[in-house]
Parts: sequence; C-alpha cells; structure tokens
Amino acid sequence: MQADLGKNYFELFGLPVAFDLDSADLAVRYRELQRRFHPDRFASAPAPERRLSMQMTAQINAAFQTLKDPVARARYLLGLQGVDTGQETDTAMNPAFLMEQMELREALAEAMLGTDRDRQIESLRQRVNTELEVKSALLRTHFAENSEPARRQARNLVREMQFLQKLTHEIQELD
Amino acid sequence: MALLQISEPGQSTAPHEHRLAAGIDLGTTNSLVATVRSGVADTLPDDAGRHLLPSVVHYRRDAEPEVGEVAFDAAADDPLNTIASVKRLMGRGIEDVERLGDLLPYEFIPGETGMPRILTAAGERSPVEVSADILRALKRRAETTLGGELSGAVITVPAYFDEAQRQATKDAARLAGLNVLRLLNEPTAAAVAYGLDRAAEGVFAIYDLGGGTFDISILRLNRGVFEVLATAGDSALGGDDMDHRIADWMWQQAGLSAHTDRKQQRRLLRDARDAKQALSTADSVPVQVTRPDATIWHGMLTRATLDALVQPLIDRTLAPTRRALKDAGFKPPDIKEVVMVGGSTRMPRVREQVAAFFGRAPLTDIDPDKVVAIGAAIQADILAGNKPDSDMLLLDVIPLSLGLEIMGGMVEKIIPRNSTIPTVRAQEFTTFKDGQSALLIHVLQGERELVSDGRSLARFELKGIPPMAAGAARIRVTFQVDADGLLSVAAREQGTGVEATITVKPSYGLTDVEIKRMLRDSIAYAGADNAARNLRERQVDADRVVEAVQAALAADGEKYLSREERARIDTALAVLGRARAGTDTVAIKQAIAALDQATQTFAARRMDASLRAALTGHRLDEFK
Repeated sequence: MQADLGKNYFELFGLPVAFDLDSADLAVRYRELQRRFHPDRFASAPAPERRLSMQMTAQINAAFQTLKDPVARARYLLGLQGVDTGQETDTAMNPAFLMEQMELREALAEAMLGTDRDRQIESLRQRVNTELEVKSALLRTHFAENSEPARRQARNLVREMQFLQKLTHEIQELD
Repeated sequence: MALLQISEPGQSTAPHEHRLAAGIDLGTTNSLVATVRSGVADTLPDDAGRHLLPSVVHYRRDAEPEVGEVAFDAAADDPLNTIASVKRLMGRGIEDVERLGDLLPYEFIPGETGMPRILTAAGERSPVEVSADILRALKRRAETTLGGELSGAVITVPAYFDEAQRQATKDAARLAGLNVLRLLNEPTAAAVAYGLDRAAEGVFAIYDLGGGTFDISILRLNRGVFEVLATAGDSALGGDDMDHRIADWMWQQAGLSAHTDRKQQRRLLRDARDAKQALSTADSVPVQVTRPDATIWHGMLTRATLDALVQPLIDRTLAPTRRALKDAGFKPPDIKEVVMVGGSTRMPRVREQVAAFFGRAPLTDIDPDKVVAIGAAIQADILAGNKPDSDMLLLDVIPLSLGLEIMGGMVEKIIPRNSTIPTVRAQEFTTFKDGQSALLIHVLQGERELVSDGRSLARFELKGIPPMAAGAARIRVTFQVDADGLLSVAAREQGTGVEATITVKPSYGLTDVEIKRMLRDSIAYAGADNAARNLRERQVDADRVVEAVQAALAADGEKYLSREERARIDTALAVLGRARAGTDTVAIKQAIAALDQATQTFAARRMDASLRAALTGHRLDEFK
C-alpha cells in the first residue's frame, strides 16, 4: 500500500508546480506536514496507519530535500515536464564550461599544496558559490519563459550546476 | 438516531487512560530509567536511593545473574564472569573485539553469526543477552516503583551508532520483554530535556561524552520541533579510555612494564576511575599500585598530569565536532547554547576545551548523567499517547551514509549521512554480463568510497532475472530507513517485476532463530510458563490494536466508510474479540492480521483527509 501515489512533490507541499519558491515558506510547510504525519504521531494508531505515516513521512522528507535545493528542484521539475537530465546518455557539454571546470580543479589542487591553504580554499568555495547563484538566477528566467528552447537551456544549466555542486561537496569534505 | 460526534482526524476520542511508559538510558558505564509522573520527568532510584545502575552483570553458575552495584563490587574478585562496558561490544564482530585488545578482559569465542560470545560461569553470553539482563533490571525497577506493567519504553542509543549497533540494542530490548516505542538518539533526548525546560529557539550543539561513546549533534529548535541538522561522533571513545590512560600511567610510575593478571587490571582501572572522579573537584589525589611482588608504590596524580593524559582524547572529540558544524552549515559563533551530556563532561578540562571551541560556557545545569534518561521519558510519555496535545516533534537523522557495492569494489551511496528519517531512496542498477540471472546486493554503511573500508551490513540476492543482454535489465533498489534508524532494502527488476526484499539483519547481529532460542531460555530460567506468557503478550497486542481501531472508528468511521466497509471492520473486530477471549495464540495473531487488512482502505482515507486538511485547512500565516 502506498500513500498518495498521484501527488508530485509540489502538490504534496500544496505549492504550484513552478521553479520559483520561497524557502522560508517551504520550511514552514515542511514542519507542518511533519507535525501531521510523523510516525511519532501514530505510535498508538492501528498498524495500517503506522505504515502509511512512515511512507508519507519518507516521501515528505524526500520532497523537502528535492525542493529546497535549486538544482535538485530544477531537475525534478524538468523531469515532470518530460525533459531527462540524465548524465549517462549524453556527455556532450559546453567546451568552455569544461575548460573552466578543469581550471577550477587545478586551482583546488594547487590550493591544497599551498602555504595559505585555508584562505585559498575558502576563496575558491566562494567563487563556486557565486557561480551557482548566477546560474540559479538564469534558471529562474528560463523556467519563467516556459518554452521548448528555454527548457533545453535550463537542462544544460542544471547539468553544469551539478558539476559545480559536486565540486562544492568535495571542498566541503576536505579537512 | 443519536447524533454522532465527529472529531479532528488523528485525535483519539477514547477516554483518557494513562499508560505506563519509561525512558531508558542504556549506558556504557551506568544505566538509568526515568518516567513522567504528574507532568514531571525524573529518574527512578532503587531501594537504596541510587539512581545510577552500573552497567555491570555478574554471571554465576546455577544462579540468576547479579546486575548493578553488587556486580560492580564483584568485578575485581571475579573479573572473567563480571561483564562491564558491554555496550562497546554491541553490534560488533569478533575482529572488532580483537582490535579493542586488552580494553576488555574477557574470554571471547565466535558465535554462529560472527557475533562474539563471552564465556562465563553461567555459559556463553552474547553482548545482546548481557544488555538484556541490564534492561530487565531497569524494567523491574520501573514496574515495582510504578506499580504496573510498562506499556512501552523509549531506549536511547548514541547518535553515532550504526545500523548493526541499533539492531543489537533493539534485540536486547525484545529479549528483556520491553515494547520498544522508539530508539532515540542520546543527544536528541538531552535536547528534549533542556529544550522543554527553557522553551528555547535557535541552533544548539549537544556535546555528549559518556563512558564509551562520543556524540555531537547540531539541532535547530523551532516551536517544539527538534530538527537534527547534523550528527557526528566516535562510537568507541569515552571515559573508559581515559581510565585506561590513567591506569597505564600509574603502572609505569610504579616501574612496571607489561600488564599482569586481569584481577590486577580491573583493580587498577577502578582506582584510576576513582582518581579521575576525585580530580573533578580536587587539585591532586594520592594514588597507589600494589606490585606483583606485594611491594606498594605511592604517588600523587595532579590535575595537570590528568589533563595532559586525557588531552589527546579530548582532541579526538573536536574533529567530529568540526565536521558536524560544517555539515550543518554553521560556525561556532552561530551556536546559541552548548549542552553538556555524559559523566565525562564533569571533567574541568573537557568543559574548558568545549568552552574554548565554541567561545561560550556550556550548559551543565541538568545532571549530565540523568539528562538523557529524562529526555527519553518525556518522549516515551508522548509516544504512549499520554499527551495528545503535545507540540513536540523530533526529526532525527542517520549518522552514516548507506549504500551498496557496485563493480570494482566501490560503494555507491544511496542515502547520504545526515538525511532526516524516516526516509526512502531508490536508484536503478543494471546487469554486468549477458544472460545474468541473479544480482548480489551488498549493503554497506560508512563514508568511504571502497567496499573494504565500509561496514558490511547485509548481502542478499535478487534471483530469477530473465536472460537479457548486459545492461538491459533495470533493477530498482529501494532503501527505506524507519524512525528508529533501521534499514530495509528491496530490489525489483522493472521489466518483469521479479522482487526481493529484506529487512537488514546486520552480519554481526542475532538471527531470528537465536532470538527465539534466547527468549525461550530466559523464560525457562525465570520459571515462567512459556505458553502463558506468549498468550499474555498476544492479548496485550490485541487490546492495543482494538483500542486503536475503535478510536479511529469513533473519530472518522461515519465519514469515510460505507455501510459494507464498516460491517467488514466490525466483523473483523468481533472475530478478534472472540479470539482474544480464547487461548489460541495463533488465532489471535491471525485475527489481528485480518483486522489490519480490513482497515487498510480506512487508514488510507484518513491519511488523505489529513493531508488535504494540512494543505487547505490552514492559511500559511496561521502556523508561521
């Protein structure tokens, strides 16, 4: 038995299916949904309700993770619109972007060996973050346009942002 | 016809019946049990007024094991049969145990499942059974004090406990005859005890250094919601390790090299611990070591020497602390308060170092030994249904990433660490060879990329994949983690629908057969009638189910059920009622299952209605 199979993540949160959202509002809705459906609320309920509550909460958590992150949200939204952002099927990417990535990674490797390691890594992190923010703003305009070419551009942006996120993650894991 | 009353979905209309529930802190060195009485949560003392129960079990031939203070006193004279610090062995394999070396002076033998067993005068004992003996003592204390049977308990575990360690703890509770309402992370329990006290809001750090484990959790408190943002730690680091450092120092000071016998070691460790505790208030204490040739070394242990001895261990707590902060996306000044938990945080050096790290004095006003049990009792009271209007909600995370083995001995992470639980994630995999008919699914836990560096949790096989070209099969593997942090894994070939599902039983856990046997043994030992006890347990289950269904029917039966559907549930209720009155445990079990089945649609409709109410019933500003 599965709860609310028909609902997508946006509907589950009572939000319009759109890229733009207010993250503070999203967090409030998340807590409200958790308050209603968390298994702790059903600890003495009949077994079918306990199971449903667990499934619902798992779905609410997955939805929140997806919606709060612009890249995951964009990918999910494109998926709903029938655009696959899968990496494996198509590896072609903008050469200029790839060059920039190589340069960023080299800079990171250098920073690791440098004398001023922490400060250099921090400035790299900020640079990647700024780039993510710029691309996020671009994504917003593409989604607002709601046309086939705009979706293609959004898809390319999402894939580039995944590269950048991976780099942020690697920087985060350094220590 | 009388008018029917309709209440909010989810609210029980059954008359308020107070259920006895307890919070249990199953610690490395000491354990406690707490409960909420007249709205106040407190720990329960034994007859002699002692709240702490030393987590020590003394096994004797042909006699019941002794637990607590009595067992503690036996440790020095009968070290091989007196098991202390068993928490360090929970969910561990024999290799892990060997790595702990002389930290644990017992005779180990490998068990059926790779779980180590300890040779005692009462026979072989697994760490799970030893823990069950401690839990049994606490259960007895609670039931005697409260004058009735416990309906359930919340048992705390270190936040950094992995899957195998959690499963082992739950197995121990089952063996002790406890109905586990929830496994709760220790730092989260401490936050509950503090948070409810102060009605605080903001981001908090919980620094929990106990006898054998270290945890750090970063939480956000917001209108009764405790949201764990990140957790990290070391499940083999604590006060025990400090005792060993001090004992080694004393031994060297006495001019001795290798450790001699176990009795001597236990005595030395006990003295080391006493000296450490005394130095929380004193600046120096006299210490002595009796050499094997019966001569005695007399010396002084100063606070400065102690500080130097334990500094490397305190440093080891700061690395996970940094990581948890980073994972949560904060820096030390962002933390509103730091809460100290665990007996080892009594040490002045630990407090100084934590204060220096966070740039603020930590909170220590609730007894660091009791705070976890108190938090667990508050949660148990809510889960037992005694506080239907409570606003409190705990959102916890898994401490370590969960993944599976892919080609080349690499780990593919499915659920990253610090994911809020319960959670579900799925990923598709494919076959490597043409015509491959089975797929081995190897589930691992940990942060490392290589299979050999992770902790192996389970292996299972998806069989009966029809012959296809390599890469053509689409196998969807779903990981689901429940609110206790326990994992189940399912695999399904998408084209043919071939399925395989398991609830992960860790490689170092007990098998179901072993648990059944132990349950039988422990009951036989207690002299109780097995069948009567089984029946009693089933009847309690039946009562719980009937009560829950009746409450749901009273609330929403009229709203969501057709006459026929209602009749079907009523029939199932009646069948269960008749089975409950009889003595056939199998019939009761079947009737419970049938009632579950009959109420599925009803449950789904109630959930749906609740979801609609959540989305439309409120304007957003109402709950901001």
